[in-house]
Amino acid sequence: MKRPLRGLRGRLLVAFVLVTAVATLTTGALTFREARIAVLQQSQDTIIKRLRAHVDGLAPGIAYPPTQSDLESVAQEVAAAEPAQNWRVLATYRDLRATSRPQDAFTELTAGMRSAVGSRRAAVFQRVTTDGRSSLVVGLPVTFSEPAERSASGVSVFLTVPQTGEQGYVDALVTAIGRAVVPALGLAVLLALLAARGVLRPVRELRRATRSIAEGHLDTRLAVNGSDELADLSHTFNETAAALEESVAELRRMEARARRFVADVSHELRTPLAAMSAVTDVLDEDAARLDPDTAMAVRLISGETVKLARLVGDLMEISRFDAGAAGLQLDDLDLAESLRRTLAARGWQDTVDTRLPGPGELRGRVDPRRLDVAVANLVGNALRHGACPVQLRLYAREMPDAADDGGWAVIEVTDSGPGIPADVLPHVFDRFYKSDTARTRSEGSGLGLSITAENVRLHGGTVRAANREEGGGAVFTVEIPLGQEEKEVRET
Amino acid sequence: MPRVLLIEDDRAVREGVRLALRRQGHDVTTAGTGEEGLALLRSFRPDVVVLDLMLPGLSGLEVCRRIRTEDQVPIVMATARGDDTDIVVGLEAGADDYVVKPVQARVLEARIRAVLRRVGGAPNAEGIPKIETHGDDGELTIDRAGLAITRRGAPVSLAPSELRLLLTLSASPGQVFSRQQLLEAVWEHSYHGDSRLVDACVKRLRTKMGEPAGQPRYIQTVRGFGYRFQSR
Repeated sequence: MKRPLRGLRGRLLVAFVLVTAVATLTTGALTFREARIAVLQQSQDTIIKRLRAHVDGLAPGIAYPPTQSDLESVAQEVAAAEPAQNWRVLATYRDLRATSRPQDAFTELTAGMRSAVGSRRAAVFQRVTTDGRSSLVVGLPVTFSEPAERSASGVSVFLTVPQTGEQGYVDALVTAIGRAVVPALGLAVLLALLAARGVLRPVRELRRATRSIAEGHLDTRLAVNGSDELADLSHTFNETAAALEESVAELRRMEARARRFVADVSHELRTPLAAMSAVTDVLDEDAARLDPDTAMAVRLISGETVKLARLVGDLMEISRFDAGAAGLQLDDLDLAESLRRTLAARGWQDTVDTRLPGPGELRGRVDPRRLDVAVANLVGNALRHGACPVQLRLYAREMPDAADDGGWAVIEVTDSGPGIPADVLPHVFDRFYKSDTARTRSEGSGLGLSITAENVRLHGGTVRAANREEGGGAVFTVEIPLGQEEKEVRET
Repeated sequence: MPRVLLIEDDRAVREGVRLALRRQGHDVTTAGTGEEGLALLRSFRPDVVVLDLMLPGLSGLEVCRRIRTEDQVPIVMATARGDDTDIVVGLEAGADDYVVKPVQARVLEARIRAVLRRVGGAPNAEGIPKIETHGDDGELTIDRAGLAITRRGAPVSLAPSELRLLLTLSASPGQVFSRQQLLEAVWEHSYHGDSRLVDACVKRLRTKMGEPAGQPRYIQTVRGFGYRFQSR
């Protein structure tokens, strides 16, 4: 797997972990918030209540207006009332201030709070965090209960209580949540992997089966387990594969029948043609002595018999390719010499312009008969449909990225005719393809080029048709690998 | 007047070929079945047999084998084109050459003439009777003038193409001949390419000379190129 996080397994893993993390953290956060509020509320309520009780207890004894020493005694008495709680107390009256501890700057007290205590009659509190330690600051104005309406005395008592205990609770809560998240995430990863395996196993099976089908193993089927969507998918896959197999089998049967028919027809045509071919020379010879009409008829029959014989031969050759019965009989040849012979055997050596390498320069392992047929068809085609001069070229092509060290031979057949129309070009190697639909019969069988293509393909080479760039004439290029595999029948 | 025995089951083909060959100056006798052909072989004594491969009853292949057991008359097989296995099997059964049907009379005629020329004898420049011996113990003798081969004193009966192939190869021991060269020297094919002819003939020749399977002593394969004759 190149990109693990893009796969199904990775995505499931990420999803599970995200869901678990969100769920755990949300639950933890809400619990934390509620618990923290409850803890702090309770402690501050207790503190305010006690402070009020102490202050109320002291208030009647305060002389008015209080002196510095009065304030000091108030502060110290309030602080002394709660020795365990580590209270720090500040009592103020206008500009006077006294703390329970000497030189206590009471930095926790903010100006805002001070003015709030001055203007209101209720207790004011604020949580302050200094140097990472949180403490509760409470401010309480001292009121007179007489005369009748309560009025501010101008004396305020401030209290600072460190909240280390509460902080400890809160910290413990955070730690607990943290400890809960880690195993939950681990569990999520485990579950994700299990779920991914459950999903991935059938998916992987499906992939393997699809690939197998693509490689042509149409009898591939999946084992269907359970009744979930993946099982449905496997089931559908099996049905599709079965339908495909059936269609392909039917197509193959039909194709085999069609091929068989062509082969049978060609075969049956051969016997009468053998009789006719045997006597064409006799007819040609005698035609000279017959009256013109009969002579013409005789020559016509003779000529058509030769064409028919060629057509049947080509058809049988094609059927053999179709049946896969065509094999290579490789031989080590001088290719230039081989091409010369091909031309000579058909009397074309003076008609065709050649540019071939010298003797022994280009040797290759090819099937001489098939090479001969391929080249003869190309040259014959050029002579019939193109125009002279026809040129036959042969040269070696070096492969720059040579994996096959044997190299390639290139055979080019060029004519000087009008070229091949662009719409015909892709079809020139099709069977019986006629470039001119008005011309229903040409001299060739219409199979020559497809036979050439099959022969070249059998050699592992390529053949292509094009028009000359400078205009005028078609170019057929055959490329054949020189280092053929040893496919010879075992000799000795 | 070369005497040709044509064994062919189809009447039209038979008549057509007979007509054409007669025009070329051959003395042609025809047979419609293999049995009839074998019977005519003794009475007619043809110079060459043209044999259809597909015959009703006794097949052309079987006829070929039976002719070879008692006679070295050249056989030209007429076969369905490119039924590659047919050709190879036919050649291995002892045919000297083959033509593919449908065939024009002049092609068949040329093949017949070529086969007949070969029977006329191998080239011998000096014209002096010359008997060569080959092998460590001189077990193989080749009489170039008398066209006789013996192995350990026993005569080896070879068909014309086999004899000619052996004479060609043994004339230059150690020299490698490509299939193409052999095709031209032995079969006089102007048309190049049927290396199967060479391979089948070599195989037959090896069998008749009693070469051990897989380790030919005299006629060795030069892989990817051709064959050579090893004298010792």
